Amino acid sequence: RGPRHFNLELLPDAPPGVPKEGTDLLRLYHRFRALDRNKKGYLSRVDLQQIGALAVNPLGERIIDSFFPDGNLRVDFPGFVRVLAHFRPVDDDDSGMRDPKQPEPLNSRMNKLRFVFQLYDLDRDGKISRHEMLQVLRLMVGVQVTEEQLESITDRTVQEADEDGDGAVSFLEFTKSLEKMDIEQKMSIRILK
Amino acid sequence: MLLASLPLLGLPLAGAATTEAPTQEPGSSGEPPPGLALFRWQWHEVEAPYLVALWILVASLAKIVFHLSRKVTSLVPESCLLILLGLVLGGIVLAVAKKAEYQLEPGTFFLFLLPPIVLDSGYFMPSRLFFDNLGAILTYAVVGTLWNAFTTGAALWGLQQAGLVAPRVQASLLDFLLFGSLISAVDPVAVLAVFEEVHVNDTLFIIVFGESLLNDAVTVVLYKVCNSFVEMGSANVQAADYLKGVASLFVVSLGGAAVGLVFAFLLALTTRFTKRVRIIEPLLVFLLAYAAYLTAEMASLSAILAVTMCGLGCKKYVEANISHKSRTAVKYTMKTLASCAETVIFMLLGISAVDSSKWAWDSGLVLGTLFFILFFRALGVVLQTWVLNQFRLVPLDKIDQVVMSYGGLRGAVAFALVILLDRTKVPAKDYFVATTIVVVFFTVIVQGLTIKPLVKWLKVKRSEHHKPTLNQELHEHTFDHILAAVEDVVGHHGYHYWRDRWEQFDKKYLSQLLMRRSAYRIRDQIWDVYYRLNIRDAISFVDQGGHVLSSTGLTLPSMPSRNSVAETSVTNLLRESGSGACLDLQVIDTVRSVRDREDAAMHHLLCGGLYKPRRRYKASCSRHFISEDAQERQDKEIFQQNMKRRLESFKSTKHNICFNKSKPRPRKTGRKKKDGLANTEATNGKPLRDLGFQDTAAVILTVESEEEEESDSSETEKEDDEGIIFVARATSEVLQEGKVSGSLEVCPSPRIIPPSPTCAEKELPWKSGQGDLAVYVSSETTKIVPVDMQAGWNQSISSLESLASPPCTQAPTMSRLPPCPLAAEEPQPPFDLPYDPRPSFAFPPSLAKAGRSRSESSADIPQQQELQPLMGHEDRTHLSPRTANSHWCIQFNKGGRL
Repeated sequence: RGPRHFNLELLPDAPPGVPKEGTDLLRLYHRFRALDRNKKGYLSRVDLQQIGALAVNPLGERIIDSFFPDGNLRVDFPGFVRVLAHFRPVDDDDSGMRDPKQPEPLNSRMNKLRFVFQLYDLDRDGKISRHEMLQVLRLMVGVQVTEEQLESITDRTVQEADEDGDGAVSFLEFTKSLEKMDIEQKMSIRILK
Repeated sequence: MLLASLPLLGLPLAGAATTEAPTQEPGSSGEPPPGLALFRWQWHEVEAPYLVALWILVASLAKIVFHLSRKVTSLVPESCLLILLGLVLGGIVLAVAKKAEYQLEPGTFFLFLLPPIVLDSGYFMPSRLFFDNLGAILTYAVVGTLWNAFTTGAALWGLQQAGLVAPRVQASLLDFLLFGSLISAVDPVAVLAVFEEVHVNDTLFIIVFGESLLNDAVTVVLYKVCNSFVEMGSANVQAADYLKGVASLFVVSLGGAAVGLVFAFLLALTTRFTKRVRIIEPLLVFLLAYAAYLTAEMASLSAILAVTMCGLGCKKYVEANISHKSRTAVKYTMKTLASCAETVIFMLLGISAVDSSKWAWDSGLVLGTLFFILFFRALGVVLQTWVLNQFRLVPLDKIDQVVMSYGGLRGAVAFALVILLDRTKVPAKDYFVATTIVVVFFTVIVQGLTIKPLVKWLKVKRSEHHKPTLNQELHEHTFDHILAAVEDVVGHHGYHYWRDRWEQFDKKYLSQLLMRRSAYRIRDQIWDVYYRLNIRDAISFVDQGGHVLSSTGLTLPSMPSRNSVAETSVTNLLRESGSGACLDLQVIDTVRSVRDREDAAMHHLLCGGLYKPRRRYKASCSRHFISEDAQERQDKEIFQQNMKRRLESFKSTKHNICFNKSKPRPRKTGRKKKDGLANTEATNGKPLRDLGFQDTAAVILTVESEEEEESDSSETEKEDDEGIIFVARATSEVLQEGKVSGSLEVCPSPRIIPPSPTCAEKELPWKSGQGDLAVYVSSETTKIVPVDMQAGWNQSISSLESLASPPCTQAPTMSRLPPCPLAAEEPQPPFDLPYDPRPSFAFPPSLAKAGRSRSESSADIPQQQELQPLMGHEDRTHLSPRTANSHWCIQFNKGGRL
């Protein structure tokens, strides 16, 4: 792994200093500084909310939430990078050389899926309930679909993924419903390489 | 378009055919016939179109013959077979006429044969995939084509300088560059013909195919620039001309794309207003796309690019605007035309090759060209891919590169361009023609034949089709939004960012402008997937359900006990009078037995299964309107029933029905009034039962809502005869009805309990079903059930009813007894009675009002409707269903005003 890649295994322990010159991490660091309006060294919810395009994104609020896990009110640079690390493309040569004792990298398929799952699972009970699914669908589906139709779509969606018949989608069921999809490709952004 | 092309395609042929004509028409052009000829042979008048039609017919028949054997078509691509057939036919023509006829004329090719193919590929291009890979496609199309043209041309010139090309081939460097430019472009027709049968993975396909479409602009520019340079003579070319050449590349490509987008916009806008003239919708699509092609051609812009962009740009809006039928028509016509044109092109290509007068052979040139195009194509692909992979998320691996290099087929475009060369300016034209023919044949036949085994051997990732699921659709949308958001956070305005921007712009402005408001809904992809899944499920369910109906449905254990006259009427009574009973929905507290449940299931099964009997034929001779046919209506109903069933299965979870409680009820009553007459007007005979439940306020509310709904629904129907929206609306009604039924079963609260049998009735499962049926029937008045089916239905219905009337089971099981006292005053269901209230629909409303007892009709008619499918064939003797419907509407209006 070359110097171009930011090393996320080390990062959580590393002090939130200025990254080395010439790395991709530096660009993220500059971005972090730019978002941090009062130069306070961390980002608050408001800092992210001011990004204009995020406000119109139907999932914007939830994605902002994912930067602030466990009710935190601030996110420092390692935390910031850790969230974004979910979207790094998967390197083929990475997987072969990986030490099995090390934890799974954040950009593995499972972790990418977990990230999405947490966007759905608002109450963090490990299941997407029908109500949660309805809320997501309401965000995604255009206004032209009526509430009743939305409900039936929700029912169908839950029913489709729900295998044990508990009326909710667990993480396992969630991954199963997406097993045919190329998540590694669809949930990656090239510039985060 | 095809018809229009007939005479023109025939024109070049017509002259040629005259030589044979005299042998076929003796006596027609000699001395004028003395009297009235009994029989006249007028070959000349029909010759041109006749020949065209014959050629197409021959090509189509050949296609049929090819496909008789699966083995042959699985091994050999159709395009190869067609070229070979063309060679044979050309040989025959040559042998018979002693000279080559019926060749591929460039004019015909560019004006008539090419546009349908390009339109087809542009229109059905998977746009998401296309734009996802746009960068790679553009690189290969622009850089790759330029690279191929210059390297091939220069290498051939080098070959000539080295003395490997015979000196009789008189060509300068510019000539070779010109030849290189026309031979270097990958041909969309050939690529499509071969790759459609190979089924490589989507990314690979879209890259090769997109390149073949977009490189047209480059080819056209290079060809024109080189051609004009050649005509000017290389000595006269100034430096400014080179600059102009480079500039024209941008003008031609961007101009072509702009023309296409303008026409796409016009097309989308026009289809927004075709609500009342659905029949011309497909025509508009073809006309405007063709206009785009011709306009671009006229302005010497890239016509292929124009049509591709037109198809790509308009599809989303046009598909949303035009009716379902028009969509099918567009699809089929486009595919037919494209396939037809493709067939003719390959066949004529084969025929053209036999004309030895046109070409001159030089082995050095031919072999050199073959080698160079393969070599430089491969080299170009490898170099470009290496650069592209630095930027691509998913790199293209070696196998992909091999397929892309090998898939660079040349085709009819190159041939047509080389035919267009001016022999006086390009002395080596004949050699070029021969070389082009060999190259085209080699790529189409040899590469086309071997690419399939190659793909298999290399284990190229094939395209895989799996059924779309709602989850996948939903999650894909989620992914898109997440990625766009992450790009926002990172502050990098990449592809996802711009796609998100575009989608918002499209949603806010473009779709509003270009889409009919009623068409807006089906645009939503999640809804669309849901809709299609439902249809599919419903059809498969009904396929099974039909079986159950025919076997078990008629052999219900409870068949012998078949008297439930009273119950049904009580049911009706309660439903009639109890429009205020929405309050009572909470009231009923009954434990349903297992048997009830089974009956309910059976009832719904019957509801679901009974879609089939439907009137098939409807005499319609209107040229301007196509009546909705059985299939579509069937789909619609299947959809409705499926929705209903689904809701039934979910009703246990539906406790939160209160928020729309006020809505379904008035609707339901509105329906009822529509069905019968205003039941507040009950006059003689039966007094209004349970008036206590129904205070005046509720009635007024009902009437209002009914009027509202009537106007609403009629408007919808008028506005959208195509039916999608109507389905959705009906669906929502069904939904509400379903909810009501759900509430019937899950909300226990003993407050006001109507007389016991009715109470029991009220919770019966088909109560809701009746309501639903009424809904269906009111929109579908033309149902006919065959007699045997009717008998089955009657039996099963009555058996169900008798089964499921818990408190009264004793009394009604004895058949043909007088109904139980409570129900004595009820009107009797129609299948037990000789009188048929249906003719009342034929009366003018005033007459009906005067002549009939309100309550009778109000109580009867819903049931009538429920059974109307069974009675349809009877009352068609009185009046056609349509008239029944219209009278119905009139009555309904009256009722509404009351």
